[in-house]
Amino acid sequence: MKQKSTDTAVTTTTTSVNFVNIDAAGHVTGKSIYVDDVPLMEGTLYAKIFDSPVAHGVIKNIDYSGAEKMEGVVKIFSAHDIPGENEIGGIVHDEPLLAENEVYFQGQPILIIVAETEDAAEEALKGITIEIDPLPVVTDPKEAFHQNLLLSKSRTFQKGDTTSAFAQCKYIFEGEAETGGQEHLYLETQGAYAYPLEQDFLKIYSSTQGLRHVQETVAAVLGVGMHKIEVDTTRLGGGFGGKEDQAAMWASAAGLAAWILKKPVKCVPHRMEDMRMTGKRNPYKADYKIGVDDEYNIIAYEATYYQNGGAAADLSPAILERTLFHGTNSYAIPHVKLTAHSCKTNLPPNTAFRGFGGPQGMFMVESAIDHAAKALLVDAAMLQRKNIMSDGYEFSYGQVVADSKAEACWDDAVVQYDLDKIKADVDTFNNKNVFDKKGISLMPVCFGISFTNTMMNQARALVHVYWDGTVSVSTGAVEMGQGVNTKMLQVAAKAFGINPSKIKIETTNTTRVANTSPSAASATADLNGKALQIACDEILERLTLLVRNLFKAGENDAVSFVYDKIFINGIETGMHWEELVQKAFAARINLSSKGHYATPVINFDKSIEKGHPFAYHVYGTAITVVTVDCVRGTYEFDAVHVVHDCGTSINTAIDLGQCEGGLVQGMGWMTMEDVVYNQEGKLLSNALSTYKIPDIYSVPKEINFHFLDTEGSEMAIEKSKAVGEPPLMYGIGAFFAIRNAMLAFNSNAIIPYTAPMTPEKVLMGLYSNTK
Amino acid sequence: MISFILNNQSVETALPPGSTVLDFVRYHKNLKGTKIGCREGDCGACNILVGGFENDKLVYRSMTSCLMPLGNAHVKHIVTVEGINLSPTKTSLPQLSPVQKAMVDTNGTQCGFCTIGFIMSFTGFTFQQTKKYEDAIAAIDGNICRCTGYKSIERAAKLIIEKIKDKPAKDIIAWLTDNGFLPSYFKNIEQRLKDLKSKIAEPISVLHETSVEGVLGGGTDLIVQKPLAIKKSANELVFNRKDLKGVFEKEGVIYLGASVTVTDFAESPVIQQSFSELKQQIKYISSTAIRNMATIAGNFVNASPIGDMTVYFLALDASIVLNNNGKQRTIKLKDFYRGYKTIDKEKEEIIETILFSAQAKNTHFNFEKVSKRKYLDIASVNSAASITLNRNVISDIHLSAGGVAPFPKYLNATCNFLKGKTINDSTLREAMEILNSEISPISDARGSAGYKRLLLRQLFLAHFLKAYGPEPVQKILVP
Repeated sequence: MKQKSTDTAVTTTTTSVNFVNIDAAGHVTGKSIYVDDVPLMEGTLYAKIFDSPVAHGVIKNIDYSGAEKMEGVVKIFSAHDIPGENEIGGIVHDEPLLAENEVYFQGQPILIIVAETEDAAEEALKGITIEIDPLPVVTDPKEAFHQNLLLSKSRTFQKGDTTSAFAQCKYIFEGEAETGGQEHLYLETQGAYAYPLEQDFLKIYSSTQGLRHVQETVAAVLGVGMHKIEVDTTRLGGGFGGKEDQAAMWASAAGLAAWILKKPVKCVPHRMEDMRMTGKRNPYKADYKIGVDDEYNIIAYEATYYQNGGAAADLSPAILERTLFHGTNSYAIPHVKLTAHSCKTNLPPNTAFRGFGGPQGMFMVESAIDHAAKALLVDAAMLQRKNIMSDGYEFSYGQVVADSKAEACWDDAVVQYDLDKIKADVDTFNNKNVFDKKGISLMPVCFGISFTNTMMNQARALVHVYWDGTVSVSTGAVEMGQGVNTKMLQVAAKAFGINPSKIKIETTNTTRVANTSPSAASATADLNGKALQIACDEILERLTLLVRNLFKAGENDAVSFVYDKIFINGIETGMHWEELVQKAFAARINLSSKGHYATPVINFDKSIEKGHPFAYHVYGTAITVVTVDCVRGTYEFDAVHVVHDCGTSINTAIDLGQCEGGLVQGMGWMTMEDVVYNQEGKLLSNALSTYKIPDIYSVPKEINFHFLDTEGSEMAIEKSKAVGEPPLMYGIGAFFAIRNAMLAFNSNAIIPYTAPMTPEKVLMGLYSNTK
Repeated sequence: MISFILNNQSVETALPPGSTVLDFVRYHKNLKGTKIGCREGDCGACNILVGGFENDKLVYRSMTSCLMPLGNAHVKHIVTVEGINLSPTKTSLPQLSPVQKAMVDTNGTQCGFCTIGFIMSFTGFTFQQTKKYEDAIAAIDGNICRCTGYKSIERAAKLIIEKIKDKPAKDIIAWLTDNGFLPSYFKNIEQRLKDLKSKIAEPISVLHETSVEGVLGGGTDLIVQKPLAIKKSANELVFNRKDLKGVFEKEGVIYLGASVTVTDFAESPVIQQSFSELKQQIKYISSTAIRNMATIAGNFVNASPIGDMTVYFLALDASIVLNNNGKQRTIKLKDFYRGYKTIDKEKEEIIETILFSAQAKNTHFNFEKVSKRKYLDIASVNSAASITLNRNVISDIHLSAGGVAPFPKYLNATCNFLKGKTINDSTLREAMEILNSEISPISDARGSAGYKRLLLRQLFLAHFLKAYGPEPVQKILVP
């Protein structure tokens, strides 16, 4: 019996939007493997890092002769033991693997202790003495700027002429805003396990988002070619940007020791070591100036950002750039001037964190708008909506808005969730209650998708069809909880029209897929998925030719692959996938393929700071409602209601997880997550006991995500728009909702635009400026 | 030798009693399902279930294996995820328990690193009588998910509630095994543990023959502070000592054994009768898994300036009985503290009993705590109050506060001032001045000194808000 197939049927079988995460069963049974779970090889040694106890100074003397003689200690490595370059910096070569003469931050690696057991390595740490002549410590970015301590060239994006525009503005408001850092706190710490292979090759299991960077860094440290280093990543127990460039240090430590000792070496830090030695989200300070006309149009906006980059450039120059790209968020402002400085301080080198500078830029413009609205005694939401952009608006960086969903998301949110009723309920509550007050905020988001460094927007995939019809897929994508492997499986299953159980998503490995861009910038599924489609299509093309030959079909007859079967013009041929594959092999047809994808259209010219850097933008709007306990200064979120532009989601379960998770992570950044360093550059929030991230009770009682009904972008994988980072920025609404609730208690309260809004800031604000 | 049952396997080990269960299962038994997140009990990624006899009944509780001394596993059933995984079916697909399946079906797992901890905590919940959703959520109050997928996990909790709706009140373990929540070997554990208990001659406390260096209770403080030292030294293990267990009332005085955990305290009918807001108050104190391990006496001896239970008991005007090889003395808890981490205790002395007078009917007991995160956090400031009111006159009062002095502070001057006073805003304003003069907070990661002063004032007022009503407080606070 021959049967017809339709595309819709395909959708429900192999690319169901509710397709379960392929890792889930392994996760719930404890069978999923992370670096520290890799079965140990005989003779494995353990590496620990001895790090700087002071934030800035010159090493006068260091003595580890005693430590090296301690029981179980094999060798202690210093900078002098590095055969290649003592350098792990990515964008700028300004970061040594091991400090040699000068230390620039507390937690900076100085020595690598290698021992037979972790305990022995830890004991040895105590046997090391160091004398450091202290130098002045700078922790504040503005102070660093005034001392001309910069990590990279300052950048300015501008359009129109702000100077003359401000002269025309009826209202001008100026102020300062500030955002704090954010510790990644991936539940799995950093880590690497390196072991020597024959012929001086090295294999490294690394918990990294950026395999290429780990590979090139270890190779450079060892002074060998990249071909000698194989990096393999099964999955991460969370990354959030923290394992993009900063995984290289741990891999280099393990790699160096394994290379020289010719023994397997594992380097997995204790949580407190990880927190102390690694950088976090860049804190920012900014000065803003906003000009508004008498019809509440924002005419001009200027901002100067002081990014706290820490002691080395790391990814800060690129993060700085994205702050500029998102400096005006979703607003159509005719005259814009944004200047950003990457400031060098004596903190651990700050680094990528979900949003990558975008959230910081958005917080500043939201602060400016809120400032203007409060001063003008109007609802901030009115001012926001009035200035939301639409198609045709040209960003300060030259890209022209097309297919904007900014207004649609906002308006949909207002209607879907009945904003008027929410507002009325809040007013009623506030009138009735003395000690508890509610606040609301709206937060629109417009986030550009693509690496802003155009070069990085490329990816490759390697596909093998085995002659029994099963399939192996390798891409450059790293699974870190975002479900990218599941999406890759869906792409391959749909392309070949075969049951997903026939497909294996391989580990990410530099030998199978070379020169990968990091899994970052929300672009991983797009880039690798497109490359995978290309690879699958190549094989399919060869198979299609064979089918035409076998069934004497012409060029115009449509060959399709569905349900593990082969169809011509929608009619079942009777041939199964397996049979076709075997015939192809017998006919000596290549059943393997490598797909290469480079995002089209995008470009950016740094010399003029103009171009078209993004494949597309993701849009959305969040409404946040909070209740503040004005006796204790604590708060609970009643609800966050969001309309989000996912395009046509390829997997709504996974995308919803990304949305809800991103939102709450962003709320954490805005509320309780407080990275605290003292004047000496010592991290005080150095453990889970002192650095708090959201728990089950911190989550809003209600979170609603409504996916805007849209087509999606052709540039997105299966028109399913990137979802990793954009939802985080809805969390910014938390700050303004709390602020509004505080003002409902004390309308004279002085509440700086300084995030995070910890219970301390709430209580101090609530009782500020009172008699 | 430490003898116990690990999942379905009988285990004997001569490893140090002060080493952790986490390292034992991962690195000595190769059970890698249990993850290392923080090694300080603050993330729950290493949560396991511990089965043992309480009043001759087999009870399972979740604990953080990173802080659990291996010696405390003696004659217990230690359950890791490998011990709840069902045997694979012929298709080699993993067969999932309803708890595991709920997490899969709701996409409750993202990066997966925290997932096992959630699975263990939820599974621990299914052992309990309760079928309430809020209790399922309470069971995971110590589990952190950095992918912040809590909404999916809440949906999983709802599914689990659905799946246990027919669970009987009795023979829960049998029902759980019959319904695929647990492998069938669980049915024999009670007997196996009894057999093990009768076979073991040596009591837990003399596991070490060398001289005793210190006392180790639940491990929730000492193993955070100095894990290597605890592993290497000989400690007297008191956690499972029967003579130090139990909560009872006698002639208006409530007695607690020194190894009574926070959970034992909270679950005691005697205590539940005395404190009407106990459940909410206890929620502010660490997490379920930590409360299952942490002893109250341990909290006292730790002498942390913000010890929650210490502040709680200071306001109860509790006393402690110290024992030095048979020589007993009783002192007030408020006299136990001499300075930062300095206590009135000889090295050889151990706390044996904690006692306090049962609360009078017209006494309002309140515990307040504010931290960066509402739950599972260390207080910026905490405070407890026991206010006895005769209409609007304060006939007796005990106030305490943490985070405002080098040690948990009994607010002596403020109490003395308030005794016998009539409650009104001017009395409270005067008391606030005295309160402010008897504290000395410092700035640290939990807040600035100024904030802590303001916060204690607020918590002080919150006590009266709850005990008396809004009027005087409103006059003071509302601008």
